[in-house]
Amino acid sequence: MTAPLVEGATGPWEVVIGLEVHAQVVSNAKLFSGAATAFGAEPNSQVSFVDAAMPGMLPVINRHCVEQAVKTGLALEARINLVSVFDRKNYFYPDLPAGYQISQYKNPIVGTGTIRLDMKDGSTRTIGITRLHLEQDAGKSLHDVAPGASHVDLNRAGVALMEIVSEPDLRSAEEAGAYLKKLRAILRYIGTCDGNMEEGSLRCDANVSVRRPGGALGTRCEIKNVNSIRFLQRAIEYETQRQIELIEGGGTVVQETRLYDANKGETRAMRSKEEAHDYRYFPDPDLMPLRLDPAWVARLKAGVPELPDAKKDRFMAAYGLSAYDAGVLVGDQVAADYFETVAKGRDAKLAANWVMVELFGALNRLGKEIDASPVSAVQLCGLLDLMADGTISGRLAKDVFAAMVETGKDAAIVVEEKGLRQVTDTGAIEAAIDAIMAREAAKVAEYRAGKDKLFGFFVGQVMRAMGGKANPAQLNDLLKHKLAG
Amino acid sequence: MAALTDLTISEARAGLRARSFSARELADAHVGAMERARELNAFITETADAARAGAGASDARLARGEAGPLEGIPLAIKDLFCTKGVTTTAGSHILHGFASPYESTVTANLWRAGAVMLGKTNLDEFAMGSSNMTSYHGPVVSPWRRKGSNARLVPGGSSGGSAAAVAARLCLGATGTDTGGSIRQPAAFSGIVGLKPTYGRCSRLGIVAFASSLDQAGPLARSVRDCAILLGAMAGHDPLDSTSVDRPVPDYEAALVRPLKGLRVGVPKEYRVDGMPAEIDALWRQGVAWLTDQGATVREVSLPHTRHALPTYYIVAPAEASSNLARYDGVRYGLRVAGDGVDGLYEATRAAGFGAEVQRRVLIGTYVLSAGYYDAYYLRAQRVRTLIARDFARAYEQVDVLLTPTAPSAAFAIGEKMDDPVAMYLNDVFTVPASLAGLPAISVPAGLSADGLPLGLQIIGRAFDEETVIAAGAALERAAGFSHRPDGIAP
Amino acid sequence: MSLDKATVARIARLARLRIEAQDQERMVGELNGILTWIEQLRAVDVEGVEPMTSVVAMDLVLREDVVTIPGDRDAVLANAPAKEHGFFVVPKVVE
Ligand SMILES: [Mg+2]
Ligand SMILES: [Zn+2]
Repeated sequence: MTAPLVEGATGPWEVVIGLEVHAQVVSNAKLFSGAATAFGAEPNSQVSFVDAAMPGMLPVINRHCVEQAVKTGLALEARINLVSVFDRKNYFYPDLPAGYQISQYKNPIVGTGTIRLDMKDGSTRTIGITRLHLEQDAGKSLHDVAPGASHVDLNRAGVALMEIVSEPDLRSAEEAGAYLKKLRAILRYIGTCDGNMEEGSLRCDANVSVRRPGGALGTRCEIKNVNSIRFLQRAIEYETQRQIELIEGGGTVVQETRLYDANKGETRAMRSKEEAHDYRYFPDPDLMPLRLDPAWVARLKAGVPELPDAKKDRFMAAYGLSAYDAGVLVGDQVAADYFETVAKGRDAKLAANWVMVELFGALNRLGKEIDASPVSAVQLCGLLDLMADGTISGRLAKDVFAAMVETGKDAAIVVEEKGLRQVTDTGAIEAAIDAIMAREAAKVAEYRAGKDKLFGFFVGQVMRAMGGKANPAQLNDLLKHKLAG
Repeated sequence: MAALTDLTISEARAGLRARSFSARELADAHVGAMERARELNAFITETADAARAGAGASDARLARGEAGPLEGIPLAIKDLFCTKGVTTTAGSHILHGFASPYESTVTANLWRAGAVMLGKTNLDEFAMGSSNMTSYHGPVVSPWRRKGSNARLVPGGSSGGSAAAVAARLCLGATGTDTGGSIRQPAAFSGIVGLKPTYGRCSRLGIVAFASSLDQAGPLARSVRDCAILLGAMAGHDPLDSTSVDRPVPDYEAALVRPLKGLRVGVPKEYRVDGMPAEIDALWRQGVAWLTDQGATVREVSLPHTRHALPTYYIVAPAEASSNLARYDGVRYGLRVAGDGVDGLYEATRAAGFGAEVQRRVLIGTYVLSAGYYDAYYLRAQRVRTLIARDFARAYEQVDVLLTPTAPSAAFAIGEKMDDPVAMYLNDVFTVPASLAGLPAISVPAGLSADGLPLGLQIIGRAFDEETVIAAGAALERAAGFSHRPDGIAP
Repeated sequence: MSLDKATVARIARLARLRIEAQDQERMVGELNGILTWIEQLRAVDVEGVEPMTSVVAMDLVLREDVVTIPGDRDAVLANAPAKEHGFFVVPKVVE
């Protein structure tokens, strides 16, 4: 596939993007201390003396966090490094209590891997993963509690993060968005990160540069801490234009760290003095090298569940779904499971349609995630079954579904309460047909004279007269006979 | 009976159990001595009330027959160990007012064994020094004097307050920490016994970190037996220190009576350094004879990388220290000096809070880790460290322990050697190699210099073989029969 | 290799240590004395030698994923030179 290009005033440009994602590890306790990790606690209420870097305090690593990182590496089909080293990254900042972050520099726990992107046109792209390493999160500085002061909350300090670094393989904002979506889906499938970008469980830095197609790499800017996929794409689009215009106007891109301002929709250079960073990495003498038992890694590997790519391939093969539909459904494990529950033993394409159009549409309107859906998969099964056995018509099913979304009730109950049960009594249908034919005698004559198109008109009139409850097949059949005379 | 302050720990233990005196009487005697000896400046914080209260509790346990192994024994604690609710200074201004909300594992172990805390002893700032001259709380004065001189001498460092307190009979024993010789060198200067265990033997949790890959806690006392008793209580696995080893703690006291017959002792030829005073060389030879007389065989061994140990140490230790001391920033505890913005606050606080030696080492450490220099300095030093450890491993294929002098000189006067940092660093020439290799070592007082100052001999053992170190140390102690007492302090 | 004033100023900045102008000269001299001395290590043949990672061979201890800290905010803030509403307070940081 050729890289998408951006047209500038002086010709086409190619965008080169690499992403660094910080994914908070799902764990009870922090990476090197026994403090809790829950989101939203009172400031400094989940801080151990280790997290506050009190004198003489020492780190002890959390086994589960190591396991989560290895699982993630396995899900990214990456190389698991059986020996890895924790290093200190030294710098001063108020929310970094020790004056260093324990991270992994030269020897990360996970090496190179890949992520497959599903593009809108059904094609796929493979993006390289450079590495994944474990590190501590910093605390949080609030700059607007009081004028002239910053307030520091260390609750987040020491929480385990996986930093996942991509190769500079991404070529558009769209690809960057697809990458982040896919990565988030994988993390959620294996339960190593909840992927919640609003709460900061998943944060993204983007390295963006532009170059002439096939030319040498341009100078990159790093956009820090973008907290939604939409913002990431906007930030990249803005930054791409900014760099192109800058270069085309005779300027040069300066390597710098920029912040995305979601309100203004633009990136700006960080105001803090950009002094040359010199992190003075060295192996943390408080921790030994981390050695993994290959048998333990193999056991974890055996436990990795079916991941989005495999699931997508299976959905296409087993249910005859299109690449696009399958890709959308596997994007979220809950949605995929929801779909499979509904599709099992039913018309799979109909099931996919209901999930993707009606259900997703309703959720969208409600602003809810699928795991908070007012209609459960089993309830949707009930609705489709009522359609299949002729209790309700497809037409009415949408009304029933709307009522289910609103009330959370089962389809059968909604049908019963609203009296929406389909009429299959031929006598009742015939009576309704007779009444309409008597009322519309002129149209009956026109029809019989050859104006076939009027058939639909009669169907509509009878349906309306019966409150939409007539069995459509029976109605068609009886109407055809009666009109024929 | 001897004065209570003259007892060894083992004698006091026996006296307490026999109810010859109470723990309270023992504590009172030491509190009195501590208060009368303030001119030594051995203590930064005295905790007389806690000592008396602790002794009272010990008496109750003794009466109930529930005595711990150190029940009622008054100890001094180097002020590098965090003690809950008692200020911990690390000898630095930057920890101004810091009251630790937790107890170090080693001191917690001691209190669990029944020991009583007399106070927190003075030390070189952040344990960086060999003279106790770098403390923010002023130098410690050794209780020793040169023959015919009133010049005030250093007790050695960095555990100088602990060494002086033990030597001057202000406590029965004390804790120290040893990063490059900070237990052994002051023990030698002060005429007492100091034991640095194998790295990993004692927990580092709650000890203000200087150089994490080297720091190790250990005891200072007036006999090898007392050091063995103290180490038995201090040592043990700590799941909160990833560098603490999970091995059972042996009965160190039992090792004292091990016969020396068959012990193979090595004398490293590279320790015969240029300019070593003749009296130290003579004492060393005397040590060889003492061990041979008791049945050991002695042979010369080679530790070819010995001369690289000091420069290696002065890269590794400052590098780790520069990172360990980054937490002292005026934000969460300790001194805070206002400056321009948060960086100004950091710079002003750290400039005011750290003394000259700490600043020098932080700067050197920062430099050797900085971009472009890491490989040439830090990485190279860690490689040399591997070579030094290998030297020891090879030597231990032929011998069981090594015998060396502890320090290249006796104590010097306060103010001497202060203008040349490198000259000061040379004090640790015999102690640093074992530190770099993480090995256990003991310093035993073995004789007096011509001007009447104590000199020590050092035994270095295999990793986790403190027992053989103690056995050989006890043999030296028996033979030397060192009974000299400092007279620089009125009892 | 010998340090000049600018280099000392750079590492002092990295270490967040303010060095007063009148002390700079002395500091440069002292640091150079130490550096010159430690540079004798350049003569050691370390070809193929692994750098030491730990003096005692042992495996990294792993702890279980259990919350063991009660979250004692008062103890964490007890020694803070400036605190407010449960936060540590520092001069405003500009991003
Ligand atoms: Mg990064
Ligand atoms: Zn990171």
